[in-house]
Amino acid sequence: MTSHEEPIGRRRFLRFTGAAAAAAAGSRVLLAPTGALGVELSGALTAHEADTLQAMLRRLYPHASLGDRYYLNAVAVLDEQANDSAETRSLLKDGVAELDNVLTLPFVQLSDGYRLKALRAIEDSPFFAKVRSTAVTAIYDQKLVWRQLGYEGASYPHGGYIERGFNDLAWLPEPPADASPPPYS
Amino acid sequence: MADIATTDDSAVVIIGSGAGGGTLANELCQKGIKVVLLEAGEHYTTHDFVNDEWEAFNQLSWLDMRTSSGSWRVSRDFPNLPAWICKTVGGTTVHWAGASLRLQPHELKARSTYGAIDGANLLDWPISVDDLAPYYDKAEAKMGVTRTNGIPGLPGNNNFKVMYTGARRVGYEHVHTGRMAINSQPRDGRPACMQLGFCFQGCKSGAKWSTLYTEIPKAAATGRLDLRSQAQALRVEHDDNGKATGVVYVDADGNQQRQKARAVCVAGNSIETPRLLLMSESNRFPDGLANGSGEVGRNYMRHMTGSVYGVFQDPVNAYRGTTMAGIIEDEIRHDDSRGFAGGYEMETIFLGVPFMAAFLDPGAWGDTFAADMEAYDRMAGMWLVGEDMPQASNRVTLNSAHTDANGMPVPNVHYDDHPNDIAMRNHAYKAGAAVYEAAGAVRTIETPPYPSTHNLGTCRQSAKPQDGVCNGFGQSHEVANLFISDGSQFTTSAGENPTLTIVTLAIRQADYIAEQMKQQAI
Repeated sequence: MTSHEEPIGRRRFLRFTGAAAAAAAGSRVLLAPTGALGVELSGALTAHEADTLQAMLRRLYPHASLGDRYYLNAVAVLDEQANDSAETRSLLKDGVAELDNVLTLPFVQLSDGYRLKALRAIEDSPFFAKVRSTAVTAIYDQKLVWRQLGYEGASYPHGGYIERGFNDLAWLPEPPADASPPPYS
Repeated sequence: MADIATTDDSAVVIIGSGAGGGTLANELCQKGIKVVLLEAGEHYTTHDFVNDEWEAFNQLSWLDMRTSSGSWRVSRDFPNLPAWICKTVGGTTVHWAGASLRLQPHELKARSTYGAIDGANLLDWPISVDDLAPYYDKAEAKMGVTRTNGIPGLPGNNNFKVMYTGARRVGYEHVHTGRMAINSQPRDGRPACMQLGFCFQGCKSGAKWSTLYTEIPKAAATGRLDLRSQAQALRVEHDDNGKATGVVYVDADGNQQRQKARAVCVAGNSIETPRLLLMSESNRFPDGLANGSGEVGRNYMRHMTGSVYGVFQDPVNAYRGTTMAGIIEDEIRHDDSRGFAGGYEMETIFLGVPFMAAFLDPGAWGDTFAADMEAYDRMAGMWLVGEDMPQASNRVTLNSAHTDANGMPVPNVHYDDHPNDIAMRNHAYKAGAAVYEAAGAVRTIETPPYPSTHNLGTCRQSAKPQDGVCNGFGQSHEVANLFISDGSQFTTSAGENPTLTIVTLAIRQADYIAEQMKQQAI
């Protein structure tokens, strides 16, 4: 929304295969654990900061069904904002440092339960608010995430759902015609 | 399209092109009256609409800075977005869901029917349903409301099937696919609904009624309409006799213009309408134009709202098809025994994944939230919408701490729930959950109010000038040729979606303005 939920802006994702692709000078590459996919970041955040944010996003919105790429894409949005704004950059860098300090171990090394505890401890901070509000848009506004969750997105190019299952639910009885008349034909 | 000179003082100037302003413009043009229609937003067509929630939101919404205060949760979750309404030609009729319900007779007599309620600034409307009935007939015919005028109801989608089964199992009797200003069959040059599932994003097929592609082009075809988009009104001016003389606005190029007027009709929705009157203060009207009563901006209402989502074991795919696909009308009655005054409607609603994430439980995160999102395609959803109590302290004011692009103070929207609102919402949450449990839900989710789409009051109709801002025709008590032409006139909110009544009031107001002009009264 206007202040809390920030729509994805100028998103530029660079996907490539493994280590074969070289990063541009002055930038760094964050690889997904599989090595099959990555996102190029601006250099505004360090590798550790980006890794920490990725771990944080997965703990905020834990979907076992979603691969790392979707979280990486959201980290890229934060990185872009950090690159555009010194204020955001400081907020994120200081926030990661704070997060690493809660339980005196780096956040990325924490167990799942400790990660939750660390996040609860900083839940009221501007850093947390910034990351959460950006991520809730950045993660759930990806078309492939929609498909993973069962949402089909734009329907007009396909003629809507009038011929494509708007009323295909079959595990309940059909409402009578006076409550729900047949479609126009 | 007409080209009316800014010095021409024979035209009626209307501010806002939504349900009230767009309809009024067409009605006046059809009667031979020239109209300058000022719209702050851009002029899009159905071709420009996008089936993408965030993209459409950024395209159509009123995103100018606003502030909010009060104990309502919207102020915490979306402090600068108290209302989800549009800034575009067609106004919020581009975004609305289409539910077209008449107010009930007792709702226009809220004070008499409900009695005195502590903290509520209740008042009877100065008009009755009998005054409105012939105009409701015209509005329903104009808008092509289903289940009126021989127009069949829409076919129910999956979301409705779940609602219907659950509702019948708990004993509700008035359950159907609604009275909708969405074509169930081709009508008025527009096609039948394609069940797109993007009613809120601007209906790309045009099956849903919007002034954008009905009233406004019909008005333009008379040759009497001068529509100016991207025209932001700054103030309404008056002469020494206290008559409105015109409107100062900033045009699309950023230049200030002064349009003369025979009458001025304000239809900027219930936040911008009082804001404009307050910004129009002068030596003669030191507290704002037409605000001798001090009532401008007060009694802001936004309906008791909330949503319930049911999670099921099997797929629902409720995002497919008409967003507001069905209704349960059994709770709209007034029945004190439920512990609150007034009533509420239960209407299907559903959001895409992006907006579900933003609105299901704003600010939520963690395992429960993720599990809810994982259940997205197994959910059914309903919106609960009912009468909220007018309160003098629920109010739109000018916030001089922030200014807009034109240097004008932004509006602040203050809202606290009345205990009656909370009691009604509590009842509605339980009733909604019961419906889904009866249909087999494994769990239900209570969702807090979204940013307001039904903005009402703030310039209310009243029989006595000291109790409100305008009379039963929307004519301001203090300035005879100044009219309130949108939902701001609502004396009380009633429980129904307001658009049909806004259109009805606009048609009625057009008759009155034409008659007043003929009599040289204005």
